[in-house]
Amino acid sequence: MEPIVSIQGLTKTYASGLHALKPLDLEIRRGEIFALLGPNGAGKTTLISIICGIVTPTSGTVVADGHDIQRDYRAARSKIGLVPQELTTDAFESVWATVSFSRGLFGLAPNPAYIEKVLKDLSLWEKKDAKIMTLSGGMKRRVMIAKALSHEPRILFLDEPTAGVDVALRRDMWQMVRGLRTSGVTLILTTHYIAEAEEMADRIGIISKGELILVEDKATLMSKLGKKQLTLNLPNRLAAIPSELADLRLKLAPSGTELIYTFDAQDARTDLPTLLRRLTDQGITFKDLQTSQSSLEEIFLSLVGDRK
Amino acid sequence: MSQPPRFNVHAIRAIYRFEMARTFRTVWQSIVSPVISTSLYFIVFGSAIGSRMTEIDGVPYGAFIVPGLIMLSLFTQSTMNASFGIYFPKFTGTIYELLSAPVSFIEIVIAYVGAAATKSILLGLIILATAAMFVPLQILHPVWMITFLVMTALTFSLLGFIIGIWANGFEQLQFIPMLVITPLTFLGGTFYSINMLPPLWQKIALFNPVVYLISGFRWSFYGTADVDVGISLAAILVFFSVCLAGVGWIFKTGYRLKN
Repeated sequence: MEPIVSIQGLTKTYASGLHALKPLDLEIRRGEIFALLGPNGAGKTTLISIICGIVTPTSGTVVADGHDIQRDYRAARSKIGLVPQELTTDAFESVWATVSFSRGLFGLAPNPAYIEKVLKDLSLWEKKDAKIMTLSGGMKRRVMIAKALSHEPRILFLDEPTAGVDVALRRDMWQMVRGLRTSGVTLILTTHYIAEAEEMADRIGIISKGELILVEDKATLMSKLGKKQLTLNLPNRLAAIPSELADLRLKLAPSGTELIYTFDAQDARTDLPTLLRRLTDQGITFKDLQTSQSSLEEIFLSLVGDRK
Repeated sequence: MSQPPRFNVHAIRAIYRFEMARTFRTVWQSIVSPVISTSLYFIVFGSAIGSRMTEIDGVPYGAFIVPGLIMLSLFTQSTMNASFGIYFPKFTGTIYELLSAPVSFIEIVIAYVGAAATKSILLGLIILATAAMFVPLQILHPVWMITFLVMTALTFSLLGFIIGIWANGFEQLQFIPMLVITPLTFLGGTFYSINMLPPLWQKIALFNPVVYLISGFRWSFYGTADVDVGISLAAILVFFSVCLAGVGWIFKTGYRLKN
């Protein structure tokens, strides 16, 4: 299927000489949730700002839903909604007025019924006549989302949507993102909360120092790079790992009551039954066992760390 | 989904309404206070001092200063309104939305400059009505009066828009209105005819562009002018073109709007 956003050779060098983006290629699939993951200053916001028309690229092209973002900016931009990272709202306007303003700005005729639906979906309806300055931070975040949705975009960018947001609102936000995807909207979110990408995304791109290090299906990424760990709790303290087991990647915890075995989930040579049998042969028994899988966070740190 | 418009009228309307709503929300600051300060001029110069002044070119002093005072408000209010209108989104960060919207620079200019000009034209008419309560007024050439009023409001709103884009702080925002426009207006014949100046200063005054605007506007009231009305008209057209070119240059270069 043709990608909904296609980025080719995109670079950005700021006047200060900072190379915010090295040549970057990326394709976003129609209808997916794509998470752009990276440390602060990696170039996530620059990338989004270019696609949305706020920053002019130094070179390269971006095509959004078939429209070049520079040559055909009207058509491209009317497909795109943006929820920026900072809570930048007017202060004295009412919620209703500011959301209606956004719709007009994007060239659409007023549609009170649609605005009403957006506000209700975001639990903002009761606050529709409130001045924005009287709202809490979480509510202001909702207002910004409502503004971004006011012109019925096909592609929605959420830049750090849950930064500084409480747990309840974060859950709501995730639910909303899934709901939007169901209705056919493509979502691109940046985050440095890995849990968020892990929870939400279909695909993950990792960006560091203006370079896209990796783009992968979340599941593939997790299984490809994910290490699994088996921990055996021993009833009796073990002084050392028997030499007969030295060929295994076993580690003894300093307490002497835990054996830790690290293995690749994908590795065909991993044979847990054999491992357990050999342990029993050595007279090592266990009273409990647990396995854990490395989180995206660990994968991420190892990837970004490798490149330093 | 409908196709995006070739010309984004909805955006112009949205910005224009937003700006007008700001005016009516801050009605004290944007309308009442200029009206009060202008009324004070009428009381002080028109009634108190004016009663002891001789007529100028056959016009009582109180009435003579009316066109100049309207122009003074028009200059400062157009500049301030337009500069603040575009500067404030830059300051709060809400400009992101304007930059990411399918609007062209021309539409942005029409909306902001149109709203600022509307405000100052309204203000000018309110001051005119206020003046009519204090002094006997006469408008010989109403069509030219409106032409000067509208052209001046548009020109100085364009200037204000440029200042608002250029300004990097509130101090810079105030700089040109306070330190350039106000002095030029006071020296430009608001309160006197430049024919009353010594010959040398009359020549110097001709370098003050504001002289031509005030003179032309006063001519449309009383039929007397310091300089030929044709020159006044040419001056306002040149002014307007210069500001339009400035806005055009910003449009081409993206100056201080995008990085």
